Amino acid sequence: MAPPRQRTDLERPGGFAANLVFLAEELRAEGVSSGTSELMDAVAALGEVAWTDPEDVREALAATLAKSPEDRRRFELVFDRFLFRASEEAALREGVKEGEDDQAATAAGEDGAFDEADLRDAIAQAIRDGDEGAMRDLARLAISAFGRRGQGSGVIGVDVQRIRRSLGLRSDPQPDAPQGDPRREGLPREQLRRFEQLLRRELERGSIERTQQLPPSRPLSDLDRGLPGGPLQDLASVHKVVVQLKRRLKTQGQENRGRKRHAQIDVRRTMRASLQTGGVPVDLRYKPTRPRRPEIYVLCDVSTSVTSASVFFLSVMHALHDSFRKMRSFVFIERISEVTEVFERERDFKAVNEAISRDAGVADISGYTDYGRVWSEFREKVEDELHPRATVIVLGDARTNGRDPRADLFADVAAKAGRTFWLNPEPRLYWNYGDSVISAYEQYCEAFECWTTEQLEEFVKALARPVR
Amino acid sequence: MADSPASVEDLRAGLRDADYLAGESTALVAYLATRLGKPVLVEGPAGVGKTELAKALSRYLSRKLVRLQCYEGLDEAKALYEWNYRKQLLRIQAEAEGTGWNSVHDDIFGEEFLLTRPLLEAISSPEPVVLLIDEIDKTDQEFEAMLLEILSDFQVSIPEMGTVRAASMPIVLLTSNNSRELTEALKRRCLYLWLDYPELKAELEIVRLHAPELDETIARRLVEVVGMVRELDLKKPPSIAESIDWARALLLIGAEDLDQQVFRDTMSVIVKHRTDLDIVAERVGVRLAASSRGAS
Repeated sequence: MAPPRQRTDLERPGGFAANLVFLAEELRAEGVSSGTSELMDAVAALGEVAWTDPEDVREALAATLAKSPEDRRRFELVFDRFLFRASEEAALREGVKEGEDDQAATAAGEDGAFDEADLRDAIAQAIRDGDEGAMRDLARLAISAFGRRGQGSGVIGVDVQRIRRSLGLRSDPQPDAPQGDPRREGLPREQLRRFEQLLRRELERGSIERTQQLPPSRPLSDLDRGLPGGPLQDLASVHKVVVQLKRRLKTQGQENRGRKRHAQIDVRRTMRASLQTGGVPVDLRYKPTRPRRPEIYVLCDVSTSVTSASVFFLSVMHALHDSFRKMRSFVFIERISEVTEVFERERDFKAVNEAISRDAGVADISGYTDYGRVWSEFREKVEDELHPRATVIVLGDARTNGRDPRADLFADVAAKAGRTFWLNPEPRLYWNYGDSVISAYEQYCEAFECWTTEQLEEFVKALARPVR
Repeated sequence: MADSPASVEDLRAGLRDADYLAGESTALVAYLATRLGKPVLVEGPAGVGKTELAKALSRYLSRKLVRLQCYEGLDEAKALYEWNYRKQLLRIQAEAEGTGWNSVHDDIFGEEFLLTRPLLEAISSPEPVVLLIDEIDKTDQEFEAMLLEILSDFQVSIPEMGTVRAASMPIVLLTSNNSRELTEALKRRCLYLWLDYPELKAELEIVRLHAPELDETIARRLVEVVGMVRELDLKKPPSIAESIDWARALLLIGAEDLDQQVFRDTMSVIVKHRTDLDIVAERVGVRLAASSRGAS
């Protein structure tokens, strides 16, 4: 008999329909917009498929609730989490335990015959083959072999990483591994992630069994949700923000129109108007104040460390080029090269992208970014043009690969230009870790993390703020 | 042919008989569409068989396929209905002097003078049909808004005549290449199906189904190569239809193996851009076995 517990969120009146509503609510919390009518569709669809087939149920729900590839991805994550919690909840309620299994696994782990090297090999093999069932079994074995030694740290993420390290699972090739070993070529990243997920799941299950209660439900981490999986997957939403960016930037500068602070008399038109009053200039005519087009300099990192973000950034650059005539763009890796001409020549984003990767001629010897060199070259190229109304935008991760950041040069550029922005494609959490030196630059500019379109919108707001 | 499939498996087998190999989710969503009478929005890259699915469904259910090909600037007159105003003019002229306006009015706005376009045709057909609205993402948002009435209630309002209700329930498929985000309102009314390039095994089956004479090993090799080509960043990755074409081309020239020579000669069947050709020749061609004919 299970010990008395407090009510948890899965035990609620209303039965199945209520559960479905809660699932929809969780989906909405993760940004999948599913309306009531869609929920009714889902109920209708479930009436048509066999209950006993979990795949059919999942597909039926997905077809009615998730209406884009992006939504579908989130749906999978939320649905998995929901099912997992629901079944754990039920197991707790019924007092089901996996005692025998666990003991068997522990016995195998302690047994000398099933030693660690064998286990490592078996896991690497299963990961390479992508064998889901084997991976699940082996995850349990791995936990009992490596995980319980120190009784676990209590933090699941830490345990997962520890087990993974002790298993020696890495995605990069390990050439010293013997011929034919799956680890020699490096394990497929996707499968490795999947295995980690299984480890996490099994650890969670263990902890639920020990503590006899469900941990509070957590939202999907931003990393699960936000990072574009494929290079073109999220391009549609980028375009949406970029359109908004264009609109904002186009209207910018207009608010000065009509303000007569620095109004200058237009002598010719005043004389002409004075003819009506017998040559006496009663009516003064002013030169219209023209909105000043801001001048923009964009520097975009296209090195390998920001590959996934550079498509995103290039599309932003492309949009900027549509709106500004006075704009110069540069791409850089180790050295800098100007691509203004490419953007002006090509109107199509795809063509631009290709032209840049083909013949922008980024001088790239080592393939590593050298920010110090970039600043000095940039200064050389635009020194005479920089003035307080110019805006400099840097798109890059500020990873110097251990080279001198030369923040003094950057400070000099920032001081000459009116405004300086930095868009970093890494989550703020990673800033200043490893070879990231964003803090050296951050004091001279406004730095934004920018790896989702929402964050791009934040930047648009900052950029569109009136210049003083 | 069944009028309505009894189960998902039924429908899958039926589609197979209609020369269409449906994946798990495809069959399920198609089944739900027949049962629930909801339109299906099919999205995915070009050439994965979105349009083909509609054709196969119409073959399987022995229903007529009504197709509306969308393009920019498509309007109601081309999609829904139009008054045949030349005929109306003739009618008015033929009318004897002195006939009252009312009787003429009643006359010329009758069904006789109505030119039905695909959407109205699908709705008013006495036999149930399969309605395919192809490449909905090519139209403007205004057109999408117009579709909403049809998709949710299966009816069309014609101001001069009143509302035309569906005489039979059509199965509606909308396809989109995702070139534009569709409106939420439209998506909400549809079931959603994302079709992607099939797995290696499934594609092999498809190729074997359409080119059964092709040697199994070559077919496998071909599907692997097509997979490799799709991995590359091309302007236009090869579609399923193109792999089938390629299989037939190989049959025609009687290739015994897929080596570098054969690949160079026939690769234009699957790759259609000059820059793509260069990339493919460079990246995939070299990975194939050197020409056996050249060596011997």
